[in-house]
Amino acid sequence: MLIKKPAFIGENEVTPKEDFDNSRSLISVSRRQFLAKSSTIMLASGLAPSTLWAGNKIEKYTKSVYSIKEKPTPYEYVTTYNNFYEFGTAKGDPAVNAHLLKTKPWSVTIEGEVGKPGVYDLEDILKRQQFEERIYRLRCVEAWSMVVPWIGFPLADLIKQIEPTSKAKYVEFTTLYDPKQMPGQNRRTLKWPYVEGLRMDEAMNPLSLMATGLYGEELPNQNGAPLRLIVPWKYGFKSIKSIVKIRLTEHMPKTSWNESVSHEYGFYANVNPTVPHPRWSQSRERIIGAPLFTPKRDTEMFNGYGEQVASLYEGMNLKRFF
Amino acid sequence: MSKRQLRLLKVIVFVVCLLPFSFIVWDTLNNLLGADPIQTLHFKTGDWTLRFLLLTLSLSPLSRLFNVPLPLRFSRMFGLFTFFYASMHMLVWLVLDQSLSIDNMLEDVPASPYIILGLLAYTLLIPLAATSTAHMMRVMGDSWFTLHKLIYLIAVMGVIHFFWLTKLDYIEPLIYAFVLSVLLAFRWPVIKRIFL
Repeated sequence: MLIKKPAFIGENEVTPKEDFDNSRSLISVSRRQFLAKSSTIMLASGLAPSTLWAGNKIEKYTKSVYSIKEKPTPYEYVTTYNNFYEFGTAKGDPAVNAHLLKTKPWSVTIEGEVGKPGVYDLEDILKRQQFEERIYRLRCVEAWSMVVPWIGFPLADLIKQIEPTSKAKYVEFTTLYDPKQMPGQNRRTLKWPYVEGLRMDEAMNPLSLMATGLYGEELPNQNGAPLRLIVPWKYGFKSIKSIVKIRLTEHMPKTSWNESVSHEYGFYANVNPTVPHPRWSQSRERIIGAPLFTPKRDTEMFNGYGEQVASLYEGMNLKRFF
Repeated sequence: MSKRQLRLLKVIVFVVCLLPFSFIVWDTLNNLLGADPIQTLHFKTGDWTLRFLLLTLSLSPLSRLFNVPLPLRFSRMFGLFTFFYASMHMLVWLVLDQSLSIDNMLEDVPASPYIILGLLAYTLLIPLAATSTAHMMRVMGDSWFTLHKLIYLIAVMGVIHFFWLTKLDYIEPLIYAFVLSVLLAFRWPVIKRIFL
């Protein structure tokens, strides 16, 4: 049964006070501080308030062992070169239009094969998580890549908290649908809302991350605020943004790009230099933010995360299950 | 229009046709190509190739529509600018995208129908550019006109090339396809008789 806005943790599950206090300090800028700060800036520059949320620093997080050693792509490019068709199909559109999205308050519906269905306040969900910074390479299906210092928590933690039933074989994620806030949804480029999914073992892999920030700050809206998925060994379109619903299911979810152009975008979408897209090679990638004469980078199997994830696909024909 | 005036006009048009190129050079030298400079250069040079191609094809309908010969004076110039921007497009691909590596090309070209089509279209442009002089026109006689009919095929290939590389949002290639269809329709005898 769905109860409107239950607390994410039941009354009987008492969080040790220590943990609770820690989690409260995750977001360093208090609401009052933020409002004071933002109204000043707003007066000065006329910026929309939603763009300012991005400025909130996240201070309480640890560095992750899963980070790669490479230098992150400049913040400017990470936040202005985006594929987020809900705000337009050009790379610059999301940065221009995403201020229309209101990310606070935000609720997430948990449903399907779970012991704890409900509509939860995002804040209640986040209170329980251990945040870490993970520097991951993001490889887009369009043959470019960037390196992003995300902040988030393991998807596996969240899934354990919502108590999957034995029938839960897949995780389905859904993005917000609201053409007023997401003007790109007025055009039928993809079928809205955007849906993505993972197999349960993929979702439980420690690399799968629920991100709420990047570069030490809360996610800018164009990067999928307030909550997005990051699956670093898959093409970027799997890493769904601005999530409002998480559903555990017995059957493979119908994912947006796969539904739209099934012979070009598979459910798995693992980064794989040996399986070309029907219209272009995937063997190399342009490095975003690199100087003009930089040669393209050789794309790595599973985007370089083979050690952690190759076993998930043992015995599978990756040409067929692309 | 006197010979002098025509020459002056040609110089002006020539300089204007070079403006897109100078903006591209300016952006390149000043690091203004954005997050994905190779892609930006691909799109800018590709766009201008198609625009000049359509501009070239619009000259004869314009000339007939207004019953003036002036537009036809610019066929060669616009045709050669089409070739110029197409060559820039090729250079971007060869040098920046492929790093002049044969191995890279052997991997990328077979995987990519739009690249194959683009390469073919560019190859077909070469003989047109090579025979663009008045001298060649005289030497070749009627066969010159037959050869230069290839431009219609090249234009169709260019627009399909754009469609094939596009991901889901087809507005831009559709605009080019629409303009090209109109320009091709003017070549159709029935339409020609009615409108021109």
